[in-house]
Amino acid sequence: MDRLIELDSLFWEATRETLGIVAATLLIGGVGGLVLGLLLHTTRPGGIAPNRVVHVVLNLLVNFFRPIPFVIFIAAAQPAARLVVGTGIGNPAIIFALSVAASFGISRIVEQNLVSVDPGVLEASRAMGAGRLRTTLTVLLPEALGPLILGYTFALVAIVDMSAIASVVGGGGLGSFALTYGYRQYEPVVTWAAVLLIVALVQVCQFAGNRLARTAMRR
Amino acid sequence: MTTTPSTPATGDPLIRLADVSRVFPARSRQGAAVTALDHVDLDVRAGEVLGVVGYSGAGKSTLLRLVNALDRPTSGTVTVAGREVSGLSERALREVRRDIGMIFQQFNLFASRTVWGNIAYPLTVAGVPKDQHRDRISQLLHFVGLADKAHVHVEQLSGGQKQRVGIARALATDPRILLADEPTSALDPQTTAEVLALLRRVNEELGVTIVLITHEMEVVRSLASRVAVMEAGRIVELGDTYDVFAAPQHLATQRFVSTLVEKGPQPRALDRLRERHAGRMVTLSFRDGDASPADVFAAFIERGVTFELVHGGVEDVHGRTFGHLTFALTGEGAAVADAVSYVATLVEVTTPAPAAEIGTEAP
Repeated sequence: MDRLIELDSLFWEATRETLGIVAATLLIGGVGGLVLGLLLHTTRPGGIAPNRVVHVVLNLLVNFFRPIPFVIFIAAAQPAARLVVGTGIGNPAIIFALSVAASFGISRIVEQNLVSVDPGVLEASRAMGAGRLRTTLTVLLPEALGPLILGYTFALVAIVDMSAIASVVGGGGLGSFALTYGYRQYEPVVTWAAVLLIVALVQVCQFAGNRLARTAMRR
Repeated sequence: MTTTPSTPATGDPLIRLADVSRVFPARSRQGAAVTALDHVDLDVRAGEVLGVVGYSGAGKSTLLRLVNALDRPTSGTVTVAGREVSGLSERALREVRRDIGMIFQQFNLFASRTVWGNIAYPLTVAGVPKDQHRDRISQLLHFVGLADKAHVHVEQLSGGQKQRVGIARALATDPRILLADEPTSALDPQTTAEVLALLRRVNEELGVTIVLITHEMEVVRSLASRVAVMEAGRIVELGDTYDVFAAPQHLATQRFVSTLVEKGPQPRALDRLRERHAGRMVTLSFRDGDASPADVFAAFIERGVTFELVHGGVEDVHGRTFGHLTFALTGEGAAVADAVSYVATLVEVTTPAPAAEIGTEAP
């Protein structure tokens, strides 16, 4: 307990880092996943803009990246991280790897939730003279908003989980904190403090997500 | 809302399908291609309500979706108000579609929007300035009788109310054509009657041409001025609603008409009637312009033939009547034969078919 009090400032620094990594990933990976998911849904046979080639290529791409265990993916993605964010280590590298992985994961969540939208509603929009882009943005997405919010909440929790692995490339956050100051220094109290804070963060996120989704679905 | 009087049917068709086929390719290698429309020719006149009837899979929906080019023909051309829509790009179609409203069996309203938002959507799509939305939407809501529901979310509405919103939304951009895809099939009889009455006003008060597909003959009878009957991708019969009901020619049409109007007693009922009534059974079909039942009764009485009405009734289609009346005739054999042959010069006479002969009865 004394050790935790000594580490007080480092603990809150780690919390801020986790929040920063998760927020950046949710933003970048969330947008990436949304775009990929929309493309997967609209190019499918019978979709708004069917395109066999694009659909097959995207499917292969998503299926290639999704099964790679994240801890290996960080290492494998290091050269790409150096190219894109200029460094293969630290928080920028971890945000890069997380965003790429989250994009592919979220794309499937988005695709699944868009399938639940009645094709008849999209047909009605087309019949009123709306183009494909307008139908996608002003009908398809709003109609699926409730389930999408729940899907993103699920993704957010997964990102918190994955972010804890940041220490393999020298990234920070509560995961690194728990491993460095708790696990390696035989301080279970420190480890558990990090664990409890992560649990609390996840609870808050899930609660907020449920509330938002309920508002969107008016239930 | 403009209150243009119903446009009379004029020479040039508003919608023309010329030699249109639509073949859906096989879904799998083993599967066969499906011919949904098979060389169909059809003209829809401005101002009319054309009812298209047929069983599931007859090609009705495909036909309707060709008109606003939600689907394209495999061959042939579709022309709407002089423009060939079957060849237009998706972008060019947007403009054409604003002149064609569409309503659906499952309403297809946007659950994410209120009633107001649903009706505003086509206005936004058509580029109508926001400051004009209020008046237009309020007009439409009054027209369909939902002025008090403007800010309600659509899932709180009943089926009939949803279809009214669907109609208001389809009319928002003041289209000349309304495509109605089984608009009452998900509604109960009472609500169906209300929606049909509203659609009649759309046609009569706003002058909107309606193409309506349905499998319910009651819908056709109350709304359509002409009927096209479809079977296996072809239009097998096309005519004025009265004629189709009073004298259906094709077997498919006869089946559809018989769901509302029986030409004679069913075989089982006929057997029971024969047990109770002696004499010869004949079914007389009266149509507008033919001799009246009174003329026929006089002919029977003159020849000393006793007649009893055992089955049938008189039907009304848009103010014109027809009826199929089945009589049991008793009297001297020669007199009965003479009466029947004389009456056959006045009206159509058929002999009700017993069970074994069903379907072989002459039209």
